[in-house]
Amino acid sequence: MKLSRREQLTGRLFLVALVLVTLLPFVSMLSAALQPRGSVPAGLAWPSDPQWGNFVDAFTVANMSALLRSSLLIVAGVVPVSVLVATMAGFGLGHLRVPGGRFVFLLFLLGLTLPFEAVITPIYYQVRDLGLLNTRWAIILPLIGLYMPFAVFWMRAHFVNVPQEIADAARVDGSTTWQLFWRVQVPLARPAIASLTILLFLWTWNQFLLAIVLVDDPGKRTMAGALGAFQGQWGTDQVLLCAGSLLILTPVLVVFLVFQRHFIKALLQGSVKG
Amino acid sequence: MIPPAVRARRTRWARTARWSGWLYVLPALLFYAVFVLRPLALTFQYSLYHWNGIGVARWAGLQNYVTVFTDSDLLRIIGNAFVLIVFFSFIPVGLGLLVATVVRRIAGGPFGTVVRTVLFLPQVIPLVAAGIAWSWLLSSTGLVNQVLRGVGLGGLARAWLGEFDTALPAVGVIGAWVLLGLCTILLVTGMSKIDPALYEAARIDGAGPVREFLAVTLPGLRQEIGVCLTVTVIAALASFDIVYISTGGGPGLQTTVPGLEIYRLAFAQRQVGLASALGVVLMALVLLCVLPIQRLTREDRG
Repeated sequence: MKLSRREQLTGRLFLVALVLVTLLPFVSMLSAALQPRGSVPAGLAWPSDPQWGNFVDAFTVANMSALLRSSLLIVAGVVPVSVLVATMAGFGLGHLRVPGGRFVFLLFLLGLTLPFEAVITPIYYQVRDLGLLNTRWAIILPLIGLYMPFAVFWMRAHFVNVPQEIADAARVDGSTTWQLFWRVQVPLARPAIASLTILLFLWTWNQFLLAIVLVDDPGKRTMAGALGAFQGQWGTDQVLLCAGSLLILTPVLVVFLVFQRHFIKALLQGSVKG
Repeated sequence: MIPPAVRARRTRWARTARWSGWLYVLPALLFYAVFVLRPLALTFQYSLYHWNGIGVARWAGLQNYVTVFTDSDLLRIIGNAFVLIVFFSFIPVGLGLLVATVVRRIAGGPFGTVVRTVLFLPQVIPLVAAGIAWSWLLSSTGLVNQVLRGVGLGGLARAWLGEFDTALPAVGVIGAWVLLGLCTILLVTGMSKIDPALYEAARIDGAGPVREFLAVTLPGLRQEIGVCLTVTVIAALASFDIVYISTGGGPGLQTTVPGLEIYRLAFAQRQVGLASALGVVLMALVLLCVLPIQRLTREDRG
C-alpha cells in the first residue's frame, strides 16, 4: 500500500503525540519525585537540583524490601497452585471429557464475569471464620478460587484442541493417565501455561480489593494494596508519594519490559478468550 | 485397522480414565466451590436479611432490593457506573479504531514496537498507581492546569477531581488512558487478519478511506470490537481501584460507583444485607450488558 508523504508524516506525528500523552503521567510523577522534600511541586518542571535521594527515603519509609517479599510470597502461593490445578482441570474437562464435565464447565463459566465486589463480603466473613484475617493466606486462598473460572476456561480451550491421536500413542505404550498428563500433555501445553502464568502473576501483583479488605498490615499485602496504604499515609507529601509510587510500580514494569512480547501476547489472548 | 488388542486396551483405558478423570477436576472445583460458589450463595442469602455483621440478622425479604432500585443515592451510584462506560468503553474503542488504523498503515519496524509497548504500559501497572499518577496530573497544581495556564486558558484551571462537574469525567479519562492500549492492540491484531484482497477490491471500486473503513475494516473487526467492549464494560461497571484512590467517591456522591458503595456499606456502615443486594444487582447488570454484546458480535461465526 502506498501512502503519500503527508499521510505518513501526519500519522507519525499523531502516534508520537499519543505516545507522549501515554507517558506523561509517569514523567510528571518523576518530576515531582525529584523536587526537594517538603516543597510543594507545581506541574511538570525539571528540578535544578534533582533529589534522587528521595527514592532512598521512600524505599525506607515504605519499607520496600518487606513489601517486595510479601508480594512475592503471595504470588508464590497463588500462581503455581492455580496453574497446576487449572491445568489438571482443563485436561480432565477438555481431554478426558469426564462424565458430567459439561455441567461442571458451565458452572465455571458462571464465574467468568463475576465482579469481585459481589462476593467480597461473604469472603471476608468466611476468611474470618477460618481465622485467617490479616494473614497472607487471606489473599492467597480466595484468589486461587476466584481465578479458577478463567484459568480452567483457558486450559480447557487448549486441551480441546490437542489431537486425540497423541493420547492414543501414549496409551499404546501403556502409560497411565498421570504419565500421559505429566509427560506428554503438560509439555505440549507449555505456551498456554506460560501465558496463563504471566496473566495470573500480573493480576495477583496488582490485586487491590482483596488486599485492603482482608489484610490491615501493608507488609502482608500485595504491591497494589501496599501502595494504597502508602497513599493513605503520605497522601499530602506529594514528593514522597510520587517517589514511593514509582518505586512500587518499578518491579512490574521491569518484568513487563523483559518479557514484553509474551506479556502482550498473553494479555491479548487472555482478553479474547475471556 | 487398529489391532483388536489395542482397541480393547483403549476402551478399557478410556472407561476408567473417564471416571478417574474427576480426580483431575476436583481440586479446581474445590477451590472454586469454597471461595466463589459458597460466597455467591451467601451473597444471595445475606441480601434477603438486615444484618450488621455482628448481631442477629432480621429477615428482610426483598426489601433490600427495593431500596437499591428506589433510593435516589443508590440509583445515582448505579448511573455513575453507566456514565463511566462512555469513558471506559466507547472512547477507548472509538479512539482505538482510529489509532489502530494509523498503526497498521504506518508503524512497522522498531517504531511500531515502541508504540505498541508504550501504549501497553498502562495495562500492566496497578490501577492504584494509575490513580495516584493522574490525581497528581489533574490536581490544582498539576500538569493539566499548568498547560492550560501556559496557553492562556488559566480561567479553565481547576481541581479536576475535586469539583462537582468535572470529577466523574476526570475519573473516566483515567480509565480511558488505561484501556486505550489494550483496545488498540487487540484491534491491530484483528486488522492484520482481514484479507488484503478485500481492501484491494474496495480500492478498485473507488472507495475512499472512509468508505473502506466502513465497508471492510469495521465488519472485519466485529469480533475484536466485541471483545474490547466486553472487557471494558466489565471494567467500567465493576470499577473500584481507580475511584477509591483518586476521589474516594467524592465530591458528594459524584464519583461513587457500585463497587465502592458495596465496600462502604459492608465494611464501614455495617449494612451487609443492602451491600449484598447491591452486589447481586451489579452482577446482574454486568451480565445484562455483556451477554447482548457477545450475541451481537458472535452470531455470524457460530
